[in-house]
Amino acid sequence: MNNEGMTGGEALVRCLENQGIEYVFGLSGGAALPMFDALVDSKIKLILVRHEQGAAHMADGMARVTGKPSVVIVTSGPGAMNTITGILTAHMDSVPMVVLTGQTISSMLGKDAFQEADVFGTTMPVVKHSYLVKNTNEIPRMVREAFHISATGRPGPVLIDIPKDFSSGPFTGDLFPEMDLPGYKPDASDPDEDALTQIAAALSQSERPVILAGHGALIANAQDALLALAEKLQAPVTTTLLGKGAFPENHPLSLGMLGMHGTAYANKAMVNCDLVMSIGSRYDDRIIGKAPEFCKKAVRIHVDIDSAEFGRMIACHHYCHGDARVVIEHLLPLVGKLPTDPWLAQINDFKRKYPLGYKKRGGLKMQQILDSLDRLTESRAIITTDVGQHQMWAAQFCKTIEPHTWLSSGGAGTMGYGFPAAIGAAFARPDKQVWAVVGDGGFQMTMAELATAAINKLPVKVLILNNRYLGMVRQWQTLFYDDRKSGVDLEGNPDFARLAECYEGVKGFTLKRAADIDKVLQKAIDYNDGPCVVEAIVEKQDNVFPMIPAGAALEDMLIDEPKSTTKLEKPTGST
Amino acid sequence: MNTHVLQSNEAVVAQEKDKMMSEERTHTLSVYVANRPGVLARISQVFSRRGFNIDSLVVSPTIDGRYSRMTIAAKGSYDGLEQIILQLGKLIDVIHCIDHANDVSVIRELALVKIRVEAEARGEAFQICEHFGAKTVDLTDHSMIIMVTGHSDKVDACIDMLRKFELVEMVRTGKVVMARGEEIT
Ligand SMILES: Cc1cc2nc3c(=O)[nH]c(=O)nc-3n(C[C@H](O)[C@H](O)[C@H](O)COP(=O)(O)OP(=O)(O)OC[C@H]3O[C@@H](n4cnc5c(N)ncnc54)[C@H](O)[C@@H]3O)c2cc1C
Ligand SMILES: Cc1ncc(C[n+]2csc(CCOP(=O)(O)OP(=O)(O)O)c2C)c(N)n1
Ligand SMILES: [Mg+2]
Repeated sequence: MNNEGMTGGEALVRCLENQGIEYVFGLSGGAALPMFDALVDSKIKLILVRHEQGAAHMADGMARVTGKPSVVIVTSGPGAMNTITGILTAHMDSVPMVVLTGQTISSMLGKDAFQEADVFGTTMPVVKHSYLVKNTNEIPRMVREAFHISATGRPGPVLIDIPKDFSSGPFTGDLFPEMDLPGYKPDASDPDEDALTQIAAALSQSERPVILAGHGALIANAQDALLALAEKLQAPVTTTLLGKGAFPENHPLSLGMLGMHGTAYANKAMVNCDLVMSIGSRYDDRIIGKAPEFCKKAVRIHVDIDSAEFGRMIACHHYCHGDARVVIEHLLPLVGKLPTDPWLAQINDFKRKYPLGYKKRGGLKMQQILDSLDRLTESRAIITTDVGQHQMWAAQFCKTIEPHTWLSSGGAGTMGYGFPAAIGAAFARPDKQVWAVVGDGGFQMTMAELATAAINKLPVKVLILNNRYLGMVRQWQTLFYDDRKSGVDLEGNPDFARLAECYEGVKGFTLKRAADIDKVLQKAIDYNDGPCVVEAIVEKQDNVFPMIPAGAALEDMLIDEPKSTTKLEKPTGST
Repeated sequence: MNTHVLQSNEAVVAQEKDKMMSEERTHTLSVYVANRPGVLARISQVFSRRGFNIDSLVVSPTIDGRYSRMTIAAKGSYDGLEQIILQLGKLIDVIHCIDHANDVSVIRELALVKIRVEAEARGEAFQICEHFGAKTVDLTDHSMIIMVTGHSDKVDACIDMLRKFELVEMVRTGKVVMARGEEIT
């Protein structure tokens, strides 16, 4: 192809095309002009957002659904800084993303030039890797490396900061350069034989095993292998919040989610198991509770692609470094059916005794709405969530049975994530119904993207579970701070349905009575000419259970609301 | 390789191990890195984020101009440091990172010490220098600069002896380390 007369920005866009990029999410500005100019002549579709945080979450949503890095393009200074929350969110949850930021011209760097910010320095702790372009011709190598680094090994965001003189300067280099990454070994080699043999031996001794599947199992596309393994062993499977979808939650061996707000039966299974095998989870503090107590009598196994995770939260007996799918496939021939019948019977007992449930008395219950949503969508919709009570109830009540259909901000717990992530997911999967389940608090952090969804006529369905509180924080204040409410009352909320209808093509619905749940949700499902918003006015003071207070042992799970006379200690765990 | 077997029911052993793991020690890390912008910042962030102090840091060129060597001395618990080594190893520009235990590697350091010393006391200063194999590299009527090289313990001992004079200034290079024999640094 002819590179004659090409600018750095044009070379950049050409490289994105060569990576198979169809969409970029962004918002322009002075330092990004050459990049945006180059997009005019490209088949790549630019999705103009209303706030750069939205762009990063949209790219994140697209990446979680496709497994491939998605691209954000923004300007320097405030534009770049606005993406940081989104980059953090992707970084914490191992999501591949390439962020391209405009920068002031190179001769002005470090002089507090207009809209100059040290983006390379500021973002360093939240990226997998980053670049500051020093010369126009190195752009293609950096882009190629960025995509490679972002998507391989443990995925994560990579940032390229591009001074305007290089994006506008003449490009005379090679569009397909070699990568130069002597220190990067994402390690796709075969798993260690000894480790596999020992894990197989440990499994063969187990009568009460639990498989704990995490986000890494989804990243590895290990769902089929995992299903085969669980069925072969006859071992139950629980997942983390981010592992939802790695194992079908309608399967008899599924325990649903474990952890702080996991199902009681999953947590009971953890307390009673004799072996736990984590496949692609990082044993986060929200699942292990009090670390020294976690499965302390069980044989603990950790399979992960990132060996820096080994022993970081808890010590295990066996570690196996590798890709989740590859490890499971190597393990399958080494194992057989385990004598788990009594164990599965005990688990079924737990399921009968401690089912997920809710009381229908009182106001409209989030749980009931989510339960109905799950039923009406036959658990097949893509569900994104925001952060808070609604997120936990969605995790409990919306069964995830297909991989990559559950998107939630776990590690960062970023309010404002849900709606833009749904937009990204809707671009990636036009064949799927996409629901954003959000709180009244979090939605207001990124609701400006209603315009983005509207102009692109995306049939994203937003379910706002409006309890007029920053509910999850109110729950902690109620339980641990004598119900002394501080800064949680969301008085001043708008009428969300009417607000939505201010945007052309957006439909608003309001849901107030339990009897109307199915009718209203069905109307939303049937409206596909653009986005729609369902505002549900729900019970204000409901609390999410089961709950393991942060830092407590899984044994000390509160299965249901404690008696109002019980005074709970303030949690000792981080958050 | 990545398989450690914990003996169950040996709480005592585990406790001893915990104690050893959490004991503070000085470690000397050798980090071999690609010569790229930002690599020093990334490395120092790994330490600062975990609240580790770097005692000394030496960045130097290597035989191959594409790479640099960073020799980092830091105090901390073994398990804290182990995390740091793992995190350093994950940085894209780090080729490898090795914790050098004192016994299998050569550790050297150089210090320049300026002392205030008048003619009548010089003799004693020279004696100290001679004992430690140190050199005087500058001499005036009222001061001298002493250069001492060797293992950090020896450098410390020499400086301690020189404290009987007034120390005016001191500059130390920080440790450099090299693995002995066939081992790589
Ligand atoms: C309000 C709130 C409440 C929460 N409550 C809970 C809760 O009750 N239960 C719960 O589970 N979580 C909960 N979370 C989420 C929790 O904080 C963590 O984000 C989550 O547990 C992490 O899940 P993970 O380890 O599976 O995924 P990640 O954090 O994404 O980790 C993925 C792991 O997989 C590895 N990996 C990546 N690729 C591969 C591969 N190809 N092969 C093998 N391994 C790979 C990575 O190295 C990493 O170790 C909550 C979050 C919020 C905001
Ligand atoms: C950006 C951000 N700020 C603050 C928090 C702390 N936080 C966690 S949950 C929560 C309440 C969320 O309220 P809402 O969106 O209404 O959801 P609800 O819990 O009521 O369902 C808050 C403030 C956060 N996670 N993210
Ligand atoms: Mg709320």
